[in-house]
Amino acid sequence: MTASGPEELPIVSDEDVVRVRQAVRGYAQQVRLSLVDQTKLVTATSELARNTLVYGGGGSARIEVVTDNGREGIRASFQDEGPGIPDLTLALADGWSSGKGMGLGLSGARRLVDEFDLDTEVGRGTTVTVVKWKR
Amino acid sequence: MERVPILKIGGVLLVSIQIDLHDQSVLALQEDLAERISATGAHGVVIDISAVEIVDSFIGRMFATIASISRLFDADTVVVGMRPAVAITLVELGLTLGGVRTALDLERGMRILRVLGQESGRIPAGDPTGLEWS
Repeated sequence: MTASGPEELPIVSDEDVVRVRQAVRGYAQQVRLSLVDQTKLVTATSELARNTLVYGGGGSARIEVVTDNGREGIRASFQDEGPGIPDLTLALADGWSSGKGMGLGLSGARRLVDEFDLDTEVGRGTTVTVVKWKR
Repeated sequence: MERVPILKIGGVLLVSIQIDLHDQSVLALQEDLAERISATGAHGVVIDISAVEIVDSFIGRMFATIASISRLFDADTVVVGMRPAVAITLVELGLTLGGVRTALDLERGMRILRVLGQESGRIPAGDPTGLEWS
């Protein structure tokens, strides 16, 4: 898998969440994801960037175009150095929420993408990486 | 911070979301709407999302919250104009928008509010359109 065009954006305010959303949409359009797939990826981005801000106490997003056997996709990572997630099973369960939202942030975002990777350590922080491939 | 304008058409308040909403504008809109419903005694609220490219759980919860607040003022809420890609994404996200009425477009949304207003007697019999009522 090769990657190009990594871009890093801060997530320290509401406005940053909007900016990250718009940047991801730009990349998704660049590799010409379908409108539905763009919408799914941008919606997942919105959930994850908000998690980084609200639960992680802020952090950053990294967006890039990735290719695998000639197929293109978008990879987005959301990283914070917040408290981490003590109970992953619980955090990934539908309807669970420790803050604002409808408790669909993590589990919902996972359903909207093709690949979902969550790396968390209590006291160290959380990184969530998602990939959406062009069909 | 950008604010979403709230327009009044007879007994209905119309909110057309034309900006990329961040969380603070969502909260401001909820507060502004509560103020306007209370001040105008509107019987209905239409939220037009035909220009909205994504609805995430935060924005979805706003619809439910606005509908609940409206209900406390005896007003109905209809969300109109959802894009197909947004609808597909919402279902996959698992967001049901429970309790929020939706309609295909503004025209149908206004019709639903008129019927609900007439059924409950909030629109007087002499005002068949419900638009002169205020």
